[in-house]
Amino acid sequence: MRMTYREAVRTAIREALQSDARVFLMGEDVGRYGGSYAVSKGLLEEFGPERVRDTPLSESAFVGAGVGAALGGMRPIVEVMTVNFSLLALDQIVNGAASLRHMSGGQLSVPLVIRMATGAGRQVAAQHSHSLEGWYAHVPGISVVAPATPHDARWMLTAALKEPDPVIIFEHAMLYGEEGEVGSEPGPLSLFSAAIRRPGRDVTLIASGGSLGKALVAAEHLMGEGIDSEVIDLRSLRPLDDATILGSVRRTHRAVVVDEGWRTGSLAAEISARITEGAFYDLDAPVARVCTAEVPIPYPKHLEDAALPSAERIVAAAKMVVKPAVGVGA
Amino acid sequence: MAVTETPAPAPAPAPATDARPVSPDLARTFLGQMQLIRRFEEKAAELYSAGKIRGFLHLSIGEEASAVGTMAALGPDDNIVSTYREHGHALARGLPPGTIMAELYGKANGVSRGRGGSMHIFDVSRRFYGGNAIVAGGLPLAVGLALADRLLGRRGITACFFGDGAVAEGEFHESLNLASLWRLPVLFLCENNYYAMGTALDRHQAETDISKKAIAYRLPSAAVDGMDVTAVADAARAAAEQVRTSGAPFLLECRTYRFRAHSMYDPELYRSKAEVEEWKRRDPISLFTAKVTESGVLTARDVGALEREAEAVTDQAVAVAEAGQWEPIADLLKDVYTRAPTCA
Repeated sequence: MRMTYREAVRTAIREALQSDARVFLMGEDVGRYGGSYAVSKGLLEEFGPERVRDTPLSESAFVGAGVGAALGGMRPIVEVMTVNFSLLALDQIVNGAASLRHMSGGQLSVPLVIRMATGAGRQVAAQHSHSLEGWYAHVPGISVVAPATPHDARWMLTAALKEPDPVIIFEHAMLYGEEGEVGSEPGPLSLFSAAIRRPGRDVTLIASGGSLGKALVAAEHLMGEGIDSEVIDLRSLRPLDDATILGSVRRTHRAVVVDEGWRTGSLAAEISARITEGAFYDLDAPVARVCTAEVPIPYPKHLEDAALPSAERIVAAAKMVVKPAVGVGA
Repeated sequence: MAVTETPAPAPAPAPATDARPVSPDLARTFLGQMQLIRRFEEKAAELYSAGKIRGFLHLSIGEEASAVGTMAALGPDDNIVSTYREHGHALARGLPPGTIMAELYGKANGVSRGRGGSMHIFDVSRRFYGGNAIVAGGLPLAVGLALADRLLGRRGITACFFGDGAVAEGEFHESLNLASLWRLPVLFLCENNYYAMGTALDRHQAETDISKKAIAYRLPSAAVDGMDVTAVADAARAAAEQVRTSGAPFLLECRTYRFRAHSMYDPELYRSKAEVEEWKRRDPISLFTAKVTESGVLTARDVGALEREAEAVTDQAVAVAEAGQWEPIADLLKDVYTRAPTCA
C-alpha cells in the first residue's frame, strides 16, 4: 500500500495501541494538536487521553516517566519533538535508560521506544535542525535506528516495541511527506541490519535516514558518468551492521560515507574507522566523508543548503575516490 | 572562609507522639533499624579507611529516623526510588544487609552484582529502584512507576526520596507538576539535611521552606521533625494514606541533618563543628532511646540487646561481603542489553 512516511509511523503506532494494552504514546502536542509533525493525528480521538498523553514541555520529566513506566511494565512510546529538544532529557536517556540494566546487575530492563525528529532542510535554523544521532549511537545500553523509507518507518517501530531495551528512532523531518510502498509484512531484514538499496560495483555510498535519498540521486548521476555505485542504507546506527558495510566495501574497494552530522567525532568517522580496521587491504582509495559543515545550521536557504550534504557533494566525493584508480588502470 | 550560621533546628510539630506512646514491638523495630543503619554505616566508614570499599561512600548517619519512619509507612506493593545516600533506605526496606555490604565491596554477590556500589543499590524483588546518583534524576522515574501502576490498575504507591539539593533541579519542578497534573500516586519524600553537598540551604534556595514549594503545583505537603522517628512515622503514614486514598501526590519534607561528611572525601570546610555538635544533641537514636526508656517502654537491657544485634548483623554482613567473589571479567559486557542486538 502506498502511503507517506508520516502515515506509516501513524499506522505502526495505531497497530501497537490496538494490539498491546501496555503501549501508550506520550509527548508534547501528540494529542489535541495531532503531533507537531501530524504523525499522531486522530489517535487521541481513537484511543483517548490515557493512551495518547499530551505532556507539559518537560522533556526530562516525561522521558524519565517513560523510563519509569517501562520499569513498571508498560511499553511506552515517547515522542520528543526534535533531537535538539532531547538534550533536555539527556540525563534520563543516558544516565537512566541506557545504564539501569547493567548498573542494577541485570535486574532491570527498560523496554522504551523514544521517537524524535531530526535533521535540517526546512529553514528552521540552528535550534531545530541538528543531527545528533551520532551522540546517541555513542552510548552502550541503547539502540539507535533511522528508518529512511515509509516501509521501514512502519515496520521498524513495530520491531522496536518488541525489544526488551531502549530503542531511539530518528525520523528525518524532511521524510514525513515522502510517499512510498509499505508492505503488509516487515520483510526479511532484522531491526538492526543494513540494506543494500542499490547494488553496484565501483564504489559504496553509505547513508541513512534523510541522506539515503541524496545518495540514491547521486548514484543515478554517477551511473551517467560510468560509475556504478552501491548504496547502503544503514537503518541501524547502533549497532552498526559491520558485515554488510565491510562486505560491500570488499567488493567495490571504495567507500563514501554520508552523514548529516558534523564531521568531527561523527558517526561517519566511526564507520570510516571500522572500514579501515576491517577492510584496509581491500581499499583502493581512502574512505571519503560527506558531512554537514561545522556550523550551527543557518536560517537562509542558500546557506543551509551549502552546509548540508547534497547529491552534488556525494557525486564529487565518489569521483574523487574512483577516478584516481580508474586513471591508473587506464 | 565563611561559616554559615547554624540552621534553626527543625520546627517541632505538635507532639502527638507523646500522647500515644509506641508499643514495645514498634519501639524495638524503630530502634533496632536505626541502630543497624548507624552501626552498618560506621562499619562501612571503617572499611573505607581499610580500603575494602572504594569510590564514593555517602553516609546517612544522623538521618536514620527519616529512613526508618518513612519506610514504616510503605508496604510490599509500593515502589521505592532512592538516592545515592540510600544504605539506610535499603536496610529499612529489608534488603539483606549482607547483599548491601557485598555491593559496597563491589562483589558479585552484591545486590546489584557489585556493578553499582554504594550509590546504586537495586532490588527489584522489593521494588527498590535504586540508588540514583544524579541529583533529582529519580523523580521522573517515580512519576513513571506511578503512571504504570495507575495504567495497570495496581494499588501500590511510589515513594521517592531526594535531598534538599534536588529541589534546585528542574526535574524536581517538572516531576511535581507532572505528578500533580496527572494525579499520580507519588509520595515525594524530601530529606532536607540543610546542605546540597557543601552549599547550605539558604545559599541555594530563595525559599528555604521546601514544603511550601508544593503549593505552586497544587500538591498537599507537610514538614516534619526528621530527628524524631515517631513523628516521621506518623507524618509518613498520614501522607501515604492520603496518596492511597486520593491517588494523587504528596510532598513530605523531613528536616534532618547528616552528622558525617558529604562523602569520604569531604573536609567539611563549609560548616562549623559547633553547628554539627548542636545537631548531634538531637541525635535521632539518642532521642528515641531516651524517650522509650524514660517512659518504660523498653529497658536499658532491651536497648543493649538491640545494640548487640545490630553489631552482630553488621558483622555477618561483612562476612558475606568478604566471602563474596569478584564478577569474572568475562562478564564485563553482560547485561548492557537484555540480549545483544544483532544485525543478522
